[in-house]
Amino acid sequence: MANMNMIQALNSAMDIMLKRDPSVVLMGEDIGYFGGVFRATEGLQRKYGEHRVIDSPIAEGGIVAAAIGMGANGLRPVAEIQFADYIYPGFDQIASELARIRYRSAGEFFAPVTIRTPCGGGIRGGQTHSQSPEGIFTHVSGLKVVMPSNPYDAKGLLITSIEDDDPVIFFEPKRLYNGPFDGDPNKPAVPWSSHPKGEVDEGYYKVPLGKADIVRAGADVTIITYGTMVFVAAAAAAALNFDAEIIDLRSLVPLDVDTICSSVRKTGRCVVAHEATRFSGFGAEILSIVQEECFWDLEAPIQRVTGWDTPYPHAFEWEYFPGQARVTTALKTVMEAT
Amino acid sequence: MNKHSRLHLPHPPARPGEAPDFSYVQLSPAGAVARPDVNARARDIEPLSINLVRVLDDAGNAVGPWHPHLDPAELQIGLRHMLLTRAFDDRMQRNQRAGKISFYIRSLGEEAVSVAQCMALRPGDMLFPSYRNQGLQIARGIALVDLMCQLLSNTRDMCKGRQLPVMYHSKAGNIFSISGNLATQFPQAVGWAMAAAIKGEDHLAASWIGEGSSAEADFHHALLFASVYQAPVILNVVNNQWAISTFQGYAGGEQRSFAARGPGYGIAGIRVDGNDFLAVYAVTQWAAERARTGAGPTLIELVTYRAAAHSTSDDPARYRAKNDQEHWPLGDPILRLKQHLIRLGEWSEPRHEALTAELEALVASSWKQAASFGTMTEGPRLNADLMFEDVFKEMPENLQRQRALMRAEVARSGGDRSEGT
Repeated sequence: MANMNMIQALNSAMDIMLKRDPSVVLMGEDIGYFGGVFRATEGLQRKYGEHRVIDSPIAEGGIVAAAIGMGANGLRPVAEIQFADYIYPGFDQIASELARIRYRSAGEFFAPVTIRTPCGGGIRGGQTHSQSPEGIFTHVSGLKVVMPSNPYDAKGLLITSIEDDDPVIFFEPKRLYNGPFDGDPNKPAVPWSSHPKGEVDEGYYKVPLGKADIVRAGADVTIITYGTMVFVAAAAAAALNFDAEIIDLRSLVPLDVDTICSSVRKTGRCVVAHEATRFSGFGAEILSIVQEECFWDLEAPIQRVTGWDTPYPHAFEWEYFPGQARVTTALKTVMEAT
Repeated sequence: MNKHSRLHLPHPPARPGEAPDFSYVQLSPAGAVARPDVNARARDIEPLSINLVRVLDDAGNAVGPWHPHLDPAELQIGLRHMLLTRAFDDRMQRNQRAGKISFYIRSLGEEAVSVAQCMALRPGDMLFPSYRNQGLQIARGIALVDLMCQLLSNTRDMCKGRQLPVMYHSKAGNIFSISGNLATQFPQAVGWAMAAAIKGEDHLAASWIGEGSSAEADFHHALLFASVYQAPVILNVVNNQWAISTFQGYAGGEQRSFAARGPGYGIAGIRVDGNDFLAVYAVTQWAAERARTGAGPTLIELVTYRAAAHSTSDDPARYRAKNDQEHWPLGDPILRLKQHLIRLGEWSEPRHEALTAELEALVASSWKQAASFGTMTEGPRLNADLMFEDVFKEMPENLQRQRALMRAEVARSGGDRSEGT
């Protein structure tokens, strides 16, 4: 075991997969010689060569399309889109092509592509470096969608994603790259070395897709969340002294419906929290499932905690971000309802 | 993997620890490239996209058919705009390092591109800049204080706090809103120009893109639409050799010049020394006349060098040779225009020093004024209610409700220092 931040854990996952499987190739803007703008691929081109770790033109549509072609021809590409905010030029290739090649060719062609992309706010990135577009991708049939919240899961989930024969959109909450974040920007940064999930196995291991993690077991209320909001929600619940059960989904597609529903059946109260905008957000899907599966167990209307339905504004980052105050309001609302 | 690979992986000529080498840059002597008639057909002037239009020779003389014969007073204005752009950049870079602004992008070494091009256009011509075109803002006369307030996201921010620093716009100045997403402005400029033609106006549109961003599909959409509709537009590729860590070979610059994309689409393509104020001016004037007289669009490749880091988040020492900008064969645009003016007897070292000092003082006093409208940590702050405005023309009910929730949240956490709260 070693202390790793999330970047190091992702780097370790790619390092291991490049070593284990000669069909794994990495491709993206600035990822080769430079090692990526967030350093996730640092040292890998030196180690595995320019045919395995490939710098690309600034063309997200081209990156995704070329990855599909490589994948269809026997490689296992891991493409990096430098920011999730820049994924849209690749959207046609993802939604119309990558997601459906297996389906439209009756299973004869497929492209085992993983697309890694940093997402989320809290880094003063403004409207073009802060978005959480996961809900756009969960709405596309044929894509798996993953978002880890810590180094240990990030590594295991990335290895699983790379080995998966289906396409995976792998969102990395960049505010969590260097440490857990409870939503308060005025507190000193906490490194991953102080957190148990910063202890990462240096070797090969997998974290399965479709298996949520119960971060904290509790009896009073279920908080269903993922990514940056895992720590924000946990801090808010702890401050209120509620015995909350906190579920980190880790993968949105496939979704661990059993863990969600068992928890809600037990607690009878539910809050869903994500950083993405509210309207048609992934939280709406969770709410529907909980309503369909657990209606008779619910003791209060389900609450959602989300970003507002606006672009992510540079100057109002912390008024926009769904911090502890917003979680607290939702928790009190579900707990006080009778 | 494969010793005899058929895959070509572009390599820049020099990485850290290696000697800078710009022998790959194809140069033409100053004055050597012919100047075709502005009505020339694209197919008849293809060599313009391969050669390099230059006016200033190494001694600072203006030579050849592209010499624009500008009045010395105009040249002095150009020098002033370039010096002001550089002084502004220097100060904003330091302000970012001091934590006073969150982010900044300099245009060091590329000042002639924006300044000379803006001066060759008319105020009614619409500009669609990239994020490294601050010289356009300055040459268009946008007040430094206004630019600084945007950088500060303060109470006078033209973007109302919504954009990252340097993503300016000016409705009055005919400068479109800068996007943080790459290349998106390029085809939009074509659409703007099509509208000008549809409406029977004589304005043109001009847009700027980095050579790295020309890899995006939007670049190709722009050329295609410009070609099909022969739109009155000037499409500029600022080839500063680097897109963060990837050199121009990764945008396809090894096989063919960026200007040569033009003839491929049936558009006039012209390659110009981007650090030669006179050549940039002359080429832009030529392209503008083509656009204004209905002779069609022009693709200009401005060959220059990104002398600074990509942004304040970048460290080029990790990927390119140290001090390589000192070896750039096309020199520094400010020094070259200064040398030319001195040669004309229209400038001097003491005047240059005095102007530099004057502009630095202007930047300093402007900053003081801008900071009085609020900084990231002190003074007045924009009202966070603004976050919910302009998502739509009329604020929908769900946003009104969210605004109320946000206000309550802020009030519970002890309020803020917004204006009007």
